[in-house]
Amino acid sequence: MIPRSLWLLAAFAAGGGCRCGTDVDLTLNASGATFQKAAQEVTIDAFTRKFPRIAVNYGAGGSGKGRQDFADRVVDFACSDAPYKPADVGKVKGEFFYIPNLLGAIVVAYNLDGVESLQLSAPTIAGIFQRQITRWNDPAIAAENPGVALPARAIVVARRSDGSGTTENFTKFLAAGAKGSWTLKSGSTIEWPADTQAGAGNGGVAQLITTTPGAVGYVDLSDARAAGMHHAKIRNRSGAYVAAGAESVAAATATIELQDNLIFSALDSAAPAAYPIAAQSWCLVYAQYPDAATATAVKDYFTFLVTDAQQYLPEIDYAPISPAMRDRALERIGKIRGP
Amino acid sequence: MDLRGRSQHADRAFTWVTRAAAALVLVILALVALTMTKRAWPVLDKMGFEFFTSSRWSTPDDHYGALALIFGTLYTAVIALVIAVPISLGVALYITQVAPPRLKRPLVYAMDLLAVVPSVVFGLWGVLVLSRYGGLGRSFLTAGIILAIMITPIITSLSREVMETTPPTEKEAALALGANRWEMIGAAVFPHSKGGLVGAVMLGLGRALGETIAAALVIGSALGQISVDPFKPGNSMPAVIANEWGEADDLHKSALVALAVTLFVITIIVNLIATAIVQRSMRRSRGT
Repeated sequence: MIPRSLWLLAAFAAGGGCRCGTDVDLTLNASGATFQKAAQEVTIDAFTRKFPRIAVNYGAGGSGKGRQDFADRVVDFACSDAPYKPADVGKVKGEFFYIPNLLGAIVVAYNLDGVESLQLSAPTIAGIFQRQITRWNDPAIAAENPGVALPARAIVVARRSDGSGTTENFTKFLAAGAKGSWTLKSGSTIEWPADTQAGAGNGGVAQLITTTPGAVGYVDLSDARAAGMHHAKIRNRSGAYVAAGAESVAAATATIELQDNLIFSALDSAAPAAYPIAAQSWCLVYAQYPDAATATAVKDYFTFLVTDAQQYLPEIDYAPISPAMRDRALERIGKIRGP
Repeated sequence: MDLRGRSQHADRAFTWVTRAAAALVLVILALVALTMTKRAWPVLDKMGFEFFTSSRWSTPDDHYGALALIFGTLYTAVIALVIAVPISLGVALYITQVAPPRLKRPLVYAMDLLAVVPSVVFGLWGVLVLSRYGGLGRSFLTAGIILAIMITPIITSLSREVMETTPPTEKEAALALGANRWEMIGAAVFPHSKGGLVGAVMLGLGRALGETIAAALVIGSALGQISVDPFKPGNSMPAVIANEWGEADDLHKSALVALAVTLFVITIIVNLIATAIVQRSMRRSRGT
């Protein structure tokens, strides 16, 4: 009779999927934007095939949590959809770099029977989400969609109940693209009008849209595709209505201004083929690590992140960074050092 | 061998250990209150008393007013109690006074089991079933119903235990004097169990006030909603803390900790009122 304790141990070791103890030399811990979660998981998967002795854990938890964890040095690196506010930069315990590793798309998804394609511009979207445009057959929407039979149905607006980098980038786009007509400002949480529906996470908003006829909301591209939702073509700054996809998001990188610290904005791009709600994201890494092995592992991971891992991005609905961004990033990564 | 000396030492040691344990609990409580208030200070300093009187919660403007959230927390808790207490007391009375012995064991077992089911399970059920097919949508009422489902098992469990302790002699005395079952319950069971029942309800209320995930999923996350219409969507303090913590910057986090402190204070006030009610009624029934 095999004692029960041995069965339990075997079950734990087999089912736990734990790469611990003698399996790995080093574990890197990270947290941050849920926007990056899918990309990080795919990268970690490929990375551990190349470097089997290093385990990487990406804990997600939100951009804000990632920035906080990174500043407190409780994680080895973090990812965030927004840079630190000027007041918070001083709280980070050491010199660090922003490394851009991907771009994603935020789409305006809708649930409207019989309407297969829709075209919207920033001022119209602003009017919808501020509850000034309340019916689908409103003149503002009809003007942008000649030949489309829009029903007189009421618009139900779906937005996020939780704080989110997706909300932040979406509202930043509206603030830039709709200029004066967007009055709700931008941020990870804003003061939404009372008669809007709220969902938790991209998944919650997607569920709201798919179960409510006449609903419209903002979600990231992968959640929209997964739920099979229609999403609108958005008018970019050159006047073209562009659909979201890996190529149109990548086109937005053509016009970005990369600052010295690699901060940039891909929103509201003027490039002709660019999708205007292209959201940027960075991973944060320290310039110096107290442990030589950690420094090497981090350097290897980040190099992998901006080179080999880029090929996996399009099939999970992200866009890779441009070659110019990659070269600047690699130059920064080269500066990571040990004690 | 002098046993008297040994038991004296043991007694003294026992007294000191228990005193230390009691002191530790008080110290921890005080530390919790102090550190949280310290973390909440920046927003309380900025907003002053307006934190409690304004119903506007706006992160881009750095304006935090908790009035609508305090209302939502209390309103959903009241709805939950109105639904849960009659059902809980009814079930407890049935189990202790009416049920045949064969039914009693499985009922007790089922109730105690429900009391330990994680509340997020009920919250998800609420989102999937109640708000979609129940036609209720996300509102104060839906949140209240989910909370009621969550607190009924624990109120029932505790009420049942308290009612079981009614001395059979008192029950038999009432019956011997010619009371029917309901009169007996009113004369023997309730007066004896009053204190314990209030305690059980308070425990349920505490759970309802603090329930985070389930409320966050079905309450609707509407901003600034103060309305007695139960079909309107609203928001509550624990739901906001859970939803907004991950992405909050410094002042925003301060505001969320201030909400937690407010919840702490509200719970203490509610408990003090409950204790006062119990003591008043016990004094009256004893005639002192």
